[in-house]
Amino acid sequence: MAGEARDLKTDTRPVKVKIENVVKKFDGRNGEMIALNGVSLDIHENEFITVVGPSGCGKSTLLNIIAGLLPATSGRVLCNGKEVTGVGTERGVVFQQYALFPWLTVQKNVEFALNMRGVKGKQAQEEAMQYLEMVDLAKFANHYPKELSGGMKQRVAIARAYAADPEVLLMDEPFGALDAQTRTQLQTELLETWEKKQKTCFFITHDVDEAIVLGQRCIIMSARPGRIKDIVDIDIPYPRDQETKLSPRFMELKNHIWGEVYKEYLEVRK
Amino acid sequence: MKAKKKSVVDRIPNWAWLLISLAVALLVWTALSFGEKTGRSFCHPWEIPGIFVTVAFERGILLSDIASSLLTVVAGYLIGFVIALPLAILMAWYRPVRYVVQPWIQFIRNIPPLAYVPLIVLMLGVGRQPQITVITISTTLIMSITIYQGVVNIDETLIKAARVLGAKDKDVFVRVIAPASLPFILTAARLGASTALTTLIAAESVGSGLGLGMRIRAFNSNYEPGPMLLYIIIIGIIGLIIEKLIKFVERKLTGWQEKREI
Repeated sequence: MAGEARDLKTDTRPVKVKIENVVKKFDGRNGEMIALNGVSLDIHENEFITVVGPSGCGKSTLLNIIAGLLPATSGRVLCNGKEVTGVGTERGVVFQQYALFPWLTVQKNVEFALNMRGVKGKQAQEEAMQYLEMVDLAKFANHYPKELSGGMKQRVAIARAYAADPEVLLMDEPFGALDAQTRTQLQTELLETWEKKQKTCFFITHDVDEAIVLGQRCIIMSARPGRIKDIVDIDIPYPRDQETKLSPRFMELKNHIWGEVYKEYLEVRK
Repeated sequence: MKAKKKSVVDRIPNWAWLLISLAVALLVWTALSFGEKTGRSFCHPWEIPGIFVTVAFERGILLSDIASSLLTVVAGYLIGFVIALPLAILMAWYRPVRYVVQPWIQFIRNIPPLAYVPLIVLMLGVGRQPQITVITISTTLIMSITIYQGVVNIDETLIKAARVLGAKDKDVFVRVIAPASLPFILTAARLGASTALTTLIAAESVGSGLGLGMRIRAFNSNYEPGPMLLYIIIIGIIGLIIEKLIKFVERKLTGWQEKREI
């Protein structure tokens, strides 16, 4: 694929996640459904990858396979050179539905992640507060999730994912359920966090603007069966913010990516 | 929807509505007590205090009846709960258990306990043991189904989220499945308590010397509608108190829930 060849020349960072010819089939009501048909991709260390594509293109399935929550039908995923056979703490996930534990306070939700990697008691409490400060929610430490807005919930989820200290952060349309204003706010915060604490990010979205403003590379997927259609380098320098969305280069990239995705939508509707 | 000013309905506080509701009920009751036919079943409301004094103090049966019935209900209910909880978890986790057991739970659940009471008496004779057994059966059925449905409907994303954070099986059970099931367990406890009470009459029909249900049938044979009515009201009050107690516990333990109310 053209995208990958170009990438190998420019990106000298070591490969963090290697996706090798992953195929995923589901047994559905109407026989076998191919969700992913031979997806290969190298994700480099500290790279921010965004994935766009029409619904049903298998982008969530791919994320779940990388996370180890779903097995691939064939092909494999390597993380740090080791084959993924299940979940692992080096790979964290942020879900669209926040997935906060409703019976735990905000702080206890973050502590959960710390407890799981062996940080206990007072130490965990203090560290949890640091992660909450990172997402500006220290004031809400003792609130329950039901008392928070959607945007705040997702910030807690991000704090919790960071608290688990994964090397790879997999995000499945994390801002998909939020209103436009909250969404741009969280994009900015995520950019700032990522620039401060670099991590390998794999970020799924259906919002092309979001894919461009966040990512270093944007993967465009096609539907039925899900494949990588194109990989676009987002050559806009960081630090980026919402004003980035007004730059001419952004517009160019948006035109290109949006056109590709739109073609896929038309394809799916046929 | 009417807007503007607060309507009269909104301005009356809840406790006042309770009083109004009580007054309406008393009014209806009084009306019934004057009817030619309905008067046979309903004594005048103002006769109740006198009847209460008679059965509670002069005859001295009320307290021992309540104690006896509560013992039966609580014992049957607790045994039912102890059986229902692991049964529900087994059904949720092991499909063979679910496929074999669940149809029968649904089947027996729809049979009125009164129908199978004689079979239990044949096995266990008369006395407290068969009474407790009847209540255990009915409460186990309703509670196991309720808890099971809760456990299988736990949001799977929460379990996934715990796993990707590094939770092992034990952590998932103790720190996710158990707290996530708690609301359903408490709902089951509430439904079970109400079932236990409604099964009481059937349970005490096995023949016993004491108990609210047994006494109501005794009053019936002696044609004492007044005491009968009093006992019926007392059963209702006991049910109300138990429900309020469990609801209180629910609010304390599961206040974190987004929405509830069943």
